[in-house]
Amino acid sequence: MVGPPTPLTRPFAERWGTLSPPNSGVPELGIECCEVGNIRLRREEGWRLLRRTPLVTEPLLRMTGISKRFPGVQALDNVDFEVAPGEIHALLGENGAGKSTLLKILSGAQKPDAGAISFAGEEIALASPHDAQKLGIVTIYQEFTLAPNMTIAENVFIGREPGPRPFINWRRMAADTRAITERLGLEVRPMALVRDLSVAEQQMVEIARALSMRSRLIVMDEPTSALSSSEVRKLFRIVRDLKREGLSIIFVTHRLEEVRELCDRYTVLRDGRLVGSGKVADTTIDRIIRSMVGREVSALFAHREAAEPGPVALEVSGLTRRGNAQDPHAVVLEDVSLSVRCGEILGIAGLVGAGRTETARAIFGADPFDAGTIRVDGAPVAIGSPEDAIRHGIGLVPEDRKQQALFLALAVRVNLTMAALGQLRKWRFFVDEGAERTMVEQYRRALNIRMAGPEQLVVNLSGGNQQKVVLARWLALRPKVLIVDEPTRGIDVGAKVEVHNLLFEMAGSGIAIIAISSELPEILAISDRIVTMREGRVTGEVRRDAATEEMLLAMMTLNVARAA
Amino acid sequence: MTDVKRAEPRADFSSGLLSFLARFAPLLFLVVLMAVFAVMEPRFLTPLNLFNVMRQVSIVGLLAVGMTFVILTAGIDLSVGSLLALCGLAAAAVAKGGFQERFSVGAGAEAAGYGWELAVLVAIAVGLAGGFLQGLAITRLKVPPFVVTLGGMSAFRGAALLFAGGGPISGFTPDYTWWGQGRIGPVPVPVIIFVAFAVLAHIVLRYTRYGRQVYAVGGNPEAARLSGLNVRRVTLSVYVIMGFFAGLGAFVLSARLNSAEAVAGTGVELTVIASVVIGGTSLFGGAGSIFGTVIGTLLIGVLLNGLVLMNISSYIQQIIIGVIIVLAVAFDTFAKSRRRTG
Repeated sequence: MVGPPTPLTRPFAERWGTLSPPNSGVPELGIECCEVGNIRLRREEGWRLLRRTPLVTEPLLRMTGISKRFPGVQALDNVDFEVAPGEIHALLGENGAGKSTLLKILSGAQKPDAGAISFAGEEIALASPHDAQKLGIVTIYQEFTLAPNMTIAENVFIGREPGPRPFINWRRMAADTRAITERLGLEVRPMALVRDLSVAEQQMVEIARALSMRSRLIVMDEPTSALSSSEVRKLFRIVRDLKREGLSIIFVTHRLEEVRELCDRYTVLRDGRLVGSGKVADTTIDRIIRSMVGREVSALFAHREAAEPGPVALEVSGLTRRGNAQDPHAVVLEDVSLSVRCGEILGIAGLVGAGRTETARAIFGADPFDAGTIRVDGAPVAIGSPEDAIRHGIGLVPEDRKQQALFLALAVRVNLTMAALGQLRKWRFFVDEGAERTMVEQYRRALNIRMAGPEQLVVNLSGGNQQKVVLARWLALRPKVLIVDEPTRGIDVGAKVEVHNLLFEMAGSGIAIIAISSELPEILAISDRIVTMREGRVTGEVRRDAATEEMLLAMMTLNVARAA
Repeated sequence: MTDVKRAEPRADFSSGLLSFLARFAPLLFLVVLMAVFAVMEPRFLTPLNLFNVMRQVSIVGLLAVGMTFVILTAGIDLSVGSLLALCGLAAAAVAKGGFQERFSVGAGAEAAGYGWELAVLVAIAVGLAGGFLQGLAITRLKVPPFVVTLGGMSAFRGAALLFAGGGPISGFTPDYTWWGQGRIGPVPVPVIIFVAFAVLAHIVLRYTRYGRQVYAVGGNPEAARLSGLNVRRVTLSVYVIMGFFAGLGAFVLSARLNSAEAVAGTGVELTVIASVVIGGTSLFGGAGSIFGTVIGTLLIGVLLNGLVLMNISSYIQQIIIGVIIVLAVAFDTFAKSRRRTG
């Protein structure tokens, strides 16, 4: 045995004997040799053989008993996760199931509260993403981390540029990059700018970067969400090639048909716990869906009596928004049609990127759209801006209240009345502060907003109370249609129920409500009717009493034909 | 991720003394500074000197009131000094009787002009136009305010030099110069104008719907848009307002100096912006007040005045002002961050 066993050599050593030291071979030509058993090989081939050798006794990655708690929520609870070498492993689960937390821990971005990680047989402690990278664990995120104004080569080797410091050896960097891109079948010049590439090509650059780091485990987070089907084919081919070379891939996706086609094994998380794991060949998509979803609709959530809804308040037909070159990740809307009646709550369910928020913003005039009509109370209306929408009686409670709805530096009073200033006029230009105070007090009581006083800065309220302030802002306008996008995001359970009851009251008073939520139990609890979307299209509609979580999830992940 | 830790609302003024200081920091600074000067230099507290200080800051103060609107929307206007010069020349030319007569001198020339009423209207009109043009570039062409007003700074200065044709325009009627040099009782006229407009601006910002919209657009433009506000119109309007004050200030300045010249106001934009910022208005928009701006203006004015009385070299004055600006804003930022639990 030459030198102590390293993660790389130990399994090898146990099977084949020694790995001779470098410097034998032909140093002048830069060829280093090693011995495998009694066979003399070039060093790179020795590496490849190492990787190819199936190490059946030892999983490449083993995470045991991982737990992580954030304030108010147990993100991971005693999760075990194993990946064998040379395996494509699917990590599945709904939004909030704990996938991204687990992957953040694996990539070194977060530390677990409890549990152990071992990689290639050795226990490791990851203090930072750099540590993970050094070990060969590379993550490719959904949002690319490329610098668009730099070349491909610079992006691939960022932080690790070859050449005597402080200079960069451009020739070598371009050559190394070309070697990797050719291997991936990516026909680009290494010195082309990333921003001139298509989304699929940019994704390949991310993979090239992972490969250039001599990774052993690549995590891909939703890699196919922005790809056409031929590009997906290409990606799968590359992933299978990588697998043959001995790399392992963790594949996070919501597209279960891809899991069946590509992956060897799978793991399902739900509410922070491991609920299923095994070989893909041994199970069906239905069973996977059931384990992703499998809980009773929470008894905590309030229910409401289905009342007879009134006439159609809002009708959207053929809403279409075409993509544009500037933003290849933008969700395209394709012929979206829906309607909602007075007093009805229409839920829109779908995964991230399904087009729910984009539809809401198009209806509200916050984003432009290319085709389609919107009718309010039966009459077609032209909506080009939020001002127009408000004039026609449509309101929107946005997804991200901190960025899109609240004026954090201003008082509750000001936040609450911001949209209703027209009602509080005095002497034409002034604000009737007496009427304003009355209005604030009225809604404080109606919505049970907990605050120190109307002058309190809204930034100091809890999330639930902030959301109530935003709701009150729209209630003050007495809208015909109110769209609420993720109405209980970031709110504790008690406040969630309060908000739901408020939505019920509003519907009871005749307002038509469209509710968008990523939490299926919530959608099931509050909606009268549910519409599902995927990739910018409406994929189904079902009445509440006929719907189950599994059915919704199936409709949300329905394989929609993509442009080739 | 849920948000349980803020279940109970926190009171704003958790640490009484520090937050009191935060709210009134600029004012306290001013009081302390005046006390220091009063002790070190007996001439400081005389009515003559104090009114002198006030008259000197009035013009910068008028500009600072306009600038407050701009900075509240997270914008900036670097062209103030140049626009001031252009407006002043326009007013002066009108007062002298037209473009051709603008250089005429002598008793007859003074009386031949169009009078101060038209002059002030023209000055304001030129200011409004300049502000409108810049506002248009910012809202329609989507060029950042810094860049647009940097261009304006250069362009207006060039226009002023062109218009002045090489020299100042001087010699106005007593009617005209009263607006800069006269008094009502013991109080100089510029001070009255400054105070009047500061009060008006305060009322607009604090009590009108438009004022709310300015704070909203500055604090969170996206939220403002999604609340149905016309962000473009509000943004354009603040630059028009700044133009108004540039015109008014130019008129008062030319009345005071009995002359308008193309180099007037060179570099004044920095003093104006400093006054606004020291007064507690955030460069990021959404927070601030006219009251703070007035205090900030007085602070710088008092500082300059005191240092001059104490015979401190003007180079050292510059250094001291620079340091004070940074310290004042640092303290204000620190105190604000304690008051808010962002």
